[in-house]
Amino acid sequence: MVSPAHYVALAVILFVIGAVGVLVRRNAIVIFMCVELMLNAVNLAFVAFARMHGALDGQVIAFFVMVVAAAEVVVGLAILTSIYRTRRSASVDDANLLKY
Amino acid sequence: MTHPLLLATSAAGATQETAFWVLAIGSAGAALGMILARKAVHCAVLLAVVMLALAVMYAMQGAPFLAFVQVIVYTGAVLMLFLFVLMIVGVTSADSVIETIKGQRLAAGVGGIGLLVLLSLIVGQAAIAPAAKAGPDFGSANIGGLADLIFTRYVFPFEVTSALLITAALGAMVLAHRERTSPRPTQRDLSIRRMTSGRPAPLPGPGTYARHNAVDMPALLPDGTHARLSVSPVMTIRGESAAAIAGQAEPVLAAGPGQPEVSPGGQPLPGGEAAGAWPEQEGAWPDQPDAWPEQPGTWPETADTWPGEGDWPEEDRW
Repeated sequence: MVSPAHYVALAVILFVIGAVGVLVRRNAIVIFMCVELMLNAVNLAFVAFARMHGALDGQVIAFFVMVVAAAEVVVGLAILTSIYRTRRSASVDDANLLKY
Repeated sequence: MTHPLLLATSAAGATQETAFWVLAIGSAGAALGMILARKAVHCAVLLAVVMLALAVMYAMQGAPFLAFVQVIVYTGAVLMLFLFVLMIVGVTSADSVIETIKGQRLAAGVGGIGLLVLLSLIVGQAAIAPAAKAGPDFGSANIGGLADLIFTRYVFPFEVTSALLITAALGAMVLAHRERTSPRPTQRDLSIRRMTSGRPAPLPGPGTYARHNAVDMPALLPDGTHARLSVSPVMTIRGESAAAIAGQAEPVLAAGPGQPEVSPGGQPLPGGEAAGAWPEQEGAWPDQPDAWPEQPGTWPETADTWPGEGDWPEEDRW
């Protein structure tokens, strides 16, 4: 029998992989994908906890997370394209005007 | 009545366990591949695998609504948006492997392991109960139950969400909008530009006089060398041009007008003394855009304002 603990463990693993990806990758689009992976991992934990408690609140919160993530992706990718338009690069190393 | 597939019944226990392990290993592997794959498109595809696996897991945990939203919103909309932007930004979207901060990867790996240990300890300490006895909310009545919650207890966050969505849509439009700072070139401007550019004729097509006429096969000049302009620069940057790939194995075709003979094994014929010609051509590739006659540097004086970066007409940008 698969218990919610299994799902939470998987969520932890996915979250950590996403976090490492955010730190390691330098293509801004891939970094965004890793952030999405982290959000998905948290959603999985929410759904697992909802199942554990037998109440739907966790699922509602996961739903809200999805909505916020969709909005975030839209704005983030628009920022990316506008950065790409001016700097001709999608690498986070090239957007360094605010450094120091 | 509850749906047997979407609900954790004891009869479906073994099936669910198998499904969980398959999906868990698959999604964790795909996630790992995502942070290891060098090409951004591969990352996107692997992320799709993770998201679909998670959708099935939602269904297994009695959240059919979220499962479908996951497929439609994440895999359908968000990921397609990612791919869309990848295609716009895509040419140089392969990640470089050079570390700009020394030891960053090692530090990130150590930090990741630390985070994994920390979270594992937290989850290990927490008392995660087995799943409660599932009511109808986790099966056939899932959507109704969610609607009850969203429109009663969570109605204020729901309204705020709508404001967020409108703001995001507006923000995306504002950010992606590009103001035209120079007047749109008329057909007359374009033709003058073309005539003064030094190349009034179209670019040579790929594959002319070459072994085959695929788009990645450069045309051959009368002396047997590659016509660089015949292959899209995008393919060369991505290393997908046949000339770029074969640049080492097949340095240059044996010189001689009209006889670009290569032995069937792909080896250059003996006596290809022109072998030195290709590497310097290859070296000329990265600054190819500067060498192109269509660059703004050669724009005629008809344009009042100098076109800014990213403000070229569409046909010049790619």
